[in-house]
Amino acid sequence: MKTTNINFIGNRNKAILFSSVLMLISIVSLATRGLQMGIDFTGGTLIEVGYQQAADLTVLRNTLDTQGFDDATVQNFGTTKDVLIRLKPHTDISNADLSTKVLEAINKTTAEPASVRRVEFVGPQVGDDLAEDGFLALLYSTICILIYIAWRFEWKFSTGAIIATIHDVVVTLGLFSILGLEFDLTVLAAVLALIGYSLNDTIVVYDRIRENFRLLRNKSTEEVMNISVNVTLSRTIMTSLTVILVLISLFFLGGEIIHNFSIVLLFGVFFGTYSSIFIASPAALLLGVSAEDLMIPVKEGADIDRRP
Amino acid sequence: MQNHFPLWKNLLVLIVFGIGIIYSLPNLYGDDPSVQVSSTQPTNITQDQSNQIESDIKASGVPVKAFEFKDGRILARFSNTDDQLKVADLLRDKMGSSYTVALNLAPTTPTWLRALGAQAMYLGLDLRGGVHFLLEVDMDAAVRQAEDRNVDDIRLALRNAKLRYQSVAKDNGFFKVTLKSVEDKAEILTALDKDFHNLEITEPEAEDQIWLKLSDKETREIKKFAVAQNMTTLRNRVNELGVAEPVIQQQGENRIMVQLPGVQDTTRAKEILGTTATLEYRLVDVEHDVQQAVSGRVPVGSRLYYERGGSPILLDRRVIVTGDQIVDASSGQDQDGRPSVNISLNGVGAAKMAKTTQVSVGKPMAVVFIEYKVETKIVDGQKVRHKEKVEKVINVATIQGVFSKRFQTTGLDSPQEARNLSLLLRAGALAAPVDIVEERTVGPSLGQDNINKGMLSFVVGFALVVLFMAVYYRLFGVIANFALAFNVVIVVAILSMLQATLTLPGIAGIILTVGMSVDANVLIFERIKEELKHGITPQAAIFIGYDKAFATILDSHFTNLVVAVVLFAFGTGSVKGFAVTLIIGILSSMFTAITGTRMVINWIYGNRRVEKLSI
Repeated sequence: MKTTNINFIGNRNKAILFSSVLMLISIVSLATRGLQMGIDFTGGTLIEVGYQQAADLTVLRNTLDTQGFDDATVQNFGTTKDVLIRLKPHTDISNADLSTKVLEAINKTTAEPASVRRVEFVGPQVGDDLAEDGFLALLYSTICILIYIAWRFEWKFSTGAIIATIHDVVVTLGLFSILGLEFDLTVLAAVLALIGYSLNDTIVVYDRIRENFRLLRNKSTEEVMNISVNVTLSRTIMTSLTVILVLISLFFLGGEIIHNFSIVLLFGVFFGTYSSIFIASPAALLLGVSAEDLMIPVKEGADIDRRP
Repeated sequence: MQNHFPLWKNLLVLIVFGIGIIYSLPNLYGDDPSVQVSSTQPTNITQDQSNQIESDIKASGVPVKAFEFKDGRILARFSNTDDQLKVADLLRDKMGSSYTVALNLAPTTPTWLRALGAQAMYLGLDLRGGVHFLLEVDMDAAVRQAEDRNVDDIRLALRNAKLRYQSVAKDNGFFKVTLKSVEDKAEILTALDKDFHNLEITEPEAEDQIWLKLSDKETREIKKFAVAQNMTTLRNRVNELGVAEPVIQQQGENRIMVQLPGVQDTTRAKEILGTTATLEYRLVDVEHDVQQAVSGRVPVGSRLYYERGGSPILLDRRVIVTGDQIVDASSGQDQDGRPSVNISLNGVGAAKMAKTTQVSVGKPMAVVFIEYKVETKIVDGQKVRHKEKVEKVINVATIQGVFSKRFQTTGLDSPQEARNLSLLLRAGALAAPVDIVEERTVGPSLGQDNINKGMLSFVVGFALVVLFMAVYYRLFGVIANFALAFNVVIVVAILSMLQATLTLPGIAGIILTVGMSVDANVLIFERIKEELKHGITPQAAIFIGYDKAFATILDSHFTNLVVAVVLFAFGTGSVKGFAVTLIIGILSSMFTAITGTRMVINWIYGNRRVEKLSI
């Protein structure tokens, strides 16, 4: 790949406009449609059963309706032989016994007994706790990163990196909301992994900007940023491609349970790559970053202590 | 000479590689379906018993792959699960309740690897199948029980001290003592102060009242105690379930996690976890002959019991004290340094104990442990719930003197035994109710499915990245691919060494690491290309490329690491597994991608004139 000379920073207004629209759509969708929260966060019961032959969902639905589980949703999971039954938390009977009762009910009407592949029951309180822990994880990782980058670079970069990361997270979640995909614990883990990845990308670009600020003293901040984004472009794309390759493999071959996990990361890597090219540097620029911010006082011997 | 590693660096990389290979190897060997037999008693299984069991299995005609007897445990391996189940059923019938017969998946790691301490990763429930329960201890109930006990005790203490009072009532966490006359106040205060160190005493505005309240410290103790005793009880019960490697852990302040790998029958598991237990103190009947009782002539006024070792014993029909009257039990030492268990009773229990001991000094007294188990059996195709009472004498000791509220039990074999007894006493005494607040069951077919899918997506993802790198970076790409494989080996080796639990998200983490760990190499190679473009000699380009990329790699990987650590700190269950693989992957990729590739590149290009790099 030849070193490109694309005017990313000069066209920053187009990128910012584009991202703003994306963010707006995402936020509107998150506010109105919300996320389809899985039972990890809402509490409830989930039962996955398998049959030898394709399962008749209508029969199962009717059975559950007449047996008093009218809030149950029944759908195929992956194949037509696998069925996923979801129930909201019940107040009248013990939730721990719910799965047993549901299985008894559906086995009454079907000729072939269902083989239980998976049962998940999460009490409402546990769900709240998991959601709280998840939120805290997001919050603390953001704060840790803010501090780390502010220490290694400077607060404007730090804020720029966070803006780019929040952008990635919001847009990914927005897409999740629009597509109505289920948000559970593994998806949350993927969102956090995505934060790590997106930052990783942004830091590589920032690192080069810092280096070039010191090397190219006669160039403007904008020019330095543009050169830096361009020279790191092939690396940014290469790394994204390798990650996308494994994610595609995970998406197609990893099975139903890992599906949403790989979707989050696929979206995330895509937007993370985009934001580290188009958003991270302009964000720092808009915050007024300049070469002087990164000029470390001479006595510290800035270059020497970074050598391996 | 700039692209040359000193000998120690070459050796370091090779040694790490070697260690990585050895410790990741056990994961390539599969598992044998096996049956594990262990004793639930303090005494281990003997060689004779082992020989007997071995010949029993042989006699049944089921082919055994291997039979091991080690550390008082028997492990019989089979070539398929049908044989395994057949033998497990056979042994369960034969061995009785003193032994645990558990189904297990025994790793087939060769002896030489095991001798090095190399073990395969532990598979999570989502991969091997099993049940995960999260139980919540009802803390309010535990505190309420403690409050009720204290109200009783206050009444009794006042009555025993012959002090007049109007009433003792529980109100909003306070125990309100209403006096008959204000003159008694000072006397009552002194009496209460002496007996109830665990309570805070306040004097409200109403002159004829004294209010008492559990201190914060006491409340905390009660809660801690409630969780601890529930865990003990659960551990004992799970042993009876016949689970090979159960996990029972406290989670948070009031929750207990129970993981039972391989258990499919969750209904039965729930029943057993929900069993209630209690205990009783009874005098030993020393006047009648035990043997006669065993043969059917149990004297009136006595009952026949069995000790833990199986020997029969006759006890008085009348109960002295029951478990719900035990307030606390702790292990310690008596004046002579012998192991002992210190027991505290509540007021009612203390009074009865005093009355009994006054007339029975020198006589033996027994502790009976009682469990109520609910079992579901299929009778004529119908499910019948059957509540069974199991009684066992866990300790017999001689009464040394008159005692009431607090007393010591000695005559125990070891401090370990003392600890066990105190745990049993506490566990049997007053278990606060528990609720199942989370359940995750994974069937065995899904577990195997998850392993297969995880492996397939790993292999394909790995192959795609390898191909891509080799095509794009040619020789350098091939070298990076070796580093990538090396990285996977190290991640697997470290996970195995830590005996970390591998879950499906964990596998996803390893796969993600494959995609991300080439990042360091991409950074280095792009930098080398850039330097070459600037017209620098190949040797210098390699040197500068590695040098300049290092700072960037450090910064970017460290940021990633911060996020992974936060994920680990806040993640639960399988998410934690994902975070662990991510953390190890990030760290080891820095070693393999920087030092590992550099070593090979130095071997190929170092110390000679190079015109062109294959990059």
